[in-house]
Amino acid sequence: MMSAAPDHSPTFARLTLIDRLGRAAPYLLVPVLVVLGFLAIGAPTSWLTLTVSGLAMGMMIFIMASGLTLVFGLMDIINFGHGAFISLGAFVGVSVLFALPGWTDAASLPLNIAAILLAILAAMVLTGALSWVFERVIIRPVYGSHLKQILITVGALIVLEEAIHVIWGGEEIFLIRPSELRGAITFAGAALEKYRILAVVLGLAIFFALRVVLRRTKIGLIVRAGVENPDMVEALGYRLKLVFIGVFIAGSALAGLGGVMWALYEQVITAGMGENMMVLIFIVVIIGGLGSVEGAFVGALLVGLLQNYVAFLEPKLALISNIALMTAILLWRPEGMMRVAKGH
Amino acid sequence: MGLRLLSGDAPRSGILSLLLIVVFLGLALAPFLFPGVRALHTAATICVFILLVASYDLLLGYSGIVSFAHTMFFGLGACGVALASIHMGRGWDALLVGTLSGALAATVLAYVIGLFSLRVRAIFFAMITLAVASAVAVLVSQLFQLTGGEDGLTYQIPRELTPAFRFGEVFGTNLNGRLLNYYLVFFACLALFLLLLRLVNSPFGRVLQSIRENDFRAEAIGYRVVHYRTAATCMSAAIAALAGSLYAIWLRYVGPDTTLSFEIMIDVLLMVVIGGMGTMYGAVIGATIFVLAQNYLQNLMGVAAEATANLPLIPDLIDPNRWLMWLGILFVLSVYFFPSGIVGRLRAGR
Amino acid sequence: MSDPILTLDAIATDIAQYHILKGVGFQVPRGQVTMLLGRNGVGKTTTMRTIMGLLRNKSGQIRFDGQEIGALPASARARAGIGYVPEDMGIFTDLTVEENMHLAAVSGAPDQARLDWLFSVFPPLKTFWRTSAGNLSGGQKQMLSIARAMIEERRLYLIDEPTKGLAPAIVATMVGALRDLKRQGASILLVEQNFAVARALGDKVVVMDDGHVTWEGDMGELATDTGLQERLMGLSMEAG
Repeated sequence: MMSAAPDHSPTFARLTLIDRLGRAAPYLLVPVLVVLGFLAIGAPTSWLTLTVSGLAMGMMIFIMASGLTLVFGLMDIINFGHGAFISLGAFVGVSVLFALPGWTDAASLPLNIAAILLAILAAMVLTGALSWVFERVIIRPVYGSHLKQILITVGALIVLEEAIHVIWGGEEIFLIRPSELRGAITFAGAALEKYRILAVVLGLAIFFALRVVLRRTKIGLIVRAGVENPDMVEALGYRLKLVFIGVFIAGSALAGLGGVMWALYEQVITAGMGENMMVLIFIVVIIGGLGSVEGAFVGALLVGLLQNYVAFLEPKLALISNIALMTAILLWRPEGMMRVAKGH
Repeated sequence: MGLRLLSGDAPRSGILSLLLIVVFLGLALAPFLFPGVRALHTAATICVFILLVASYDLLLGYSGIVSFAHTMFFGLGACGVALASIHMGRGWDALLVGTLSGALAATVLAYVIGLFSLRVRAIFFAMITLAVASAVAVLVSQLFQLTGGEDGLTYQIPRELTPAFRFGEVFGTNLNGRLLNYYLVFFACLALFLLLLRLVNSPFGRVLQSIRENDFRAEAIGYRVVHYRTAATCMSAAIAALAGSLYAIWLRYVGPDTTLSFEIMIDVLLMVVIGGMGTMYGAVIGATIFVLAQNYLQNLMGVAAEATANLPLIPDLIDPNRWLMWLGILFVLSVYFFPSGIVGRLRAGR
Repeated sequence: MSDPILTLDAIATDIAQYHILKGVGFQVPRGQVTMLLGRNGVGKTTTMRTIMGLLRNKSGQIRFDGQEIGALPASARARAGIGYVPEDMGIFTDLTVEENMHLAAVSGAPDQARLDWLFSVFPPLKTFWRTSAGNLSGGQKQMLSIARAMIEERRLYLIDEPTKGLAPAIVATMVGALRDLKRQGASILLVEQNFAVARALGDKVVVMDDGHVTWEGDMGELATDTGLQERLMGLSMEAG
């Protein structure tokens, strides 16, 4: 069969090898960082605690970042208002948890988790519904102009945050986790917070669910193809606008989900929490490669792990560790770890 | 002569010319027209913000680049003056060294950020500046906690610029160092504003605008888009730092909230958009209206909220704490309906 | 000959502030290969993109099989039966060859018999079926792009420069494939710079210059008249 294109096959073989190495490199960074962390920290128990904590944090950031990166990749739209959905999700979710004291205080893990799932569901439904309106009112008039998109979504972010203040009051709200998710379990001598383990499990589940949708379904094919060349997807016969609205709603609902999880992680919520998260999310999205879900996943894990390791080793540097990571990755790959091919 | 000072960029609208003259005279004669510490402080703040907003407009309006690090550069200039005055002692040399090193630091940092973000996609710039600026903001507030406490830094400036230095009286107004300080701020801001006006009306400014309109075409014609954008970023950062230094000289105090906070960044964005992007005069109008509103309208909201305290919802909505919400709404509406701002409107309606 | 499958009437299209098409009108007959010829930059690709709906014409009419489609989005035009091979091939490099083909089969899974035919015409597609399309060579990508358009039977094929930059052996493969398609009675509008290829495939010729149609006629007439070729298209068309 190769003889059909004899002129080209040698190039082909060589390309794959380099290509494969290049593609694998970002994934390899995570274990490399974990090993480096182990060497730097020395104490295996602390290292394990920090690793789980870093993974939990990374998973949550990924959940919040995934929608943003897909929306950008698919429609070239940058939405600073994404942070408002995180805050809103958190406030809705926490309100649901407060409304279910019987479930959250019960010494029953299934009931506790049911309460959390219900909170997540409420948050996702509400943020999803709001994002549908948001897309029509805020985003649609500014298709094609990044400048206006940034300005208008920043404005919308402020208004939504203030609206949260009006509805839930101006003060931060403290919460405690459902009873069975408080405290830690001891594993191999290391204390692992129960909630962080749950966050890792949930995050992984969402990552793999997203992967399956993107890799195995037609809608996923359309989304991946649309990220690369929207015109061609249209020319094949798919209404990309409709797909995009679906992705926008799903991405915003994921932001709401992430907001609930982050609320339970920090055990305090403020209207500005989403805005603060946007900083990490942008870093993750940039180092991952704008438009790449896998890139956002790897980027989020790197950010989470690094932040936890550095906070342990040299607390003062924790803040700039993310900027340093971003700088290093952009020096290596100026368009992020997983550059999304743009066909136009 | 007048038009040459304005680099041939006439206001091109009767009402706009009138407004600009009113603002100019108001600020030039502020110490005599509006006696009182608070009024003079407002006037100086307007001067500084006109410059800050104009320097931001060079980026946003003329180059089409969104930056969230502008207040960081502003803060760098302020910190430069504060730190130099503290470490070198009270003196003009400290002001000069602080100002120059602040501007230099801002330029270098802007260059580095531009290097990383502008060569790939202009949109990276918005995100990266947000990330860097917020990291720096937190870092600085931690540094403040380490050094000067959260209260910020206070320091001494040359005696000639303080109220303690008196040298006479005119029309019932005391001539003192504070007056000199005000005119230092006023004339420095005026000179730098005219410099900006010259810049955007120079060939360099025209290239920036053609890049904003169509970067592919500008690149095709042979302009290195990245270089121009980076240069604009650096100049804008340097002038923002100078504005910060002037503000620091005026305030004799630097704290994280006065110079670095994200809220000021939002304010600056609003001033540019409301005044009119890409017009420079928009900075004058936007900053003046905004600073006045912030200083006087917020009080009014408080009064109104108290007056309506018995009604449902309304007091919540006009609570002075909701100031930002109304700004946000105004902001969104102006991006939609008046993307060219007040100045654009006035020019179109001529 | 029945009514034409596609009729363009006074089409004007702008890109940004530039007027690219300034009143283009021609017909594409059913079951024939219509060649769209002309120098670079005269608006051939813009014409193709306008027909596909990726650019909007600001005036004029596009009638596809008797129906005005000027207001339809590109996706609706595709579903109405227009297959498109863009000049840049429009390959989804992050997807595998298989995924590219599945996506192109809008009405469901690809038909196996048609797939087998395409494999026989373009053997590399079978070899690299599960490989990322970004790893294909230029010629293989072009094969994939054309195969994608052919995976379902379309009422009209828009094919933009299928032999651009390809080695002679691959060009022969392309010509063979297009000839196969033609034999099946397909209607094709083909942009081609290589006049040898154009002559081998074309029934009808439309020549464009500066956003207008400057000549419309039979390939036989143009092929035999070198003076006319030179006048219409300049010397650049002599190559090949």
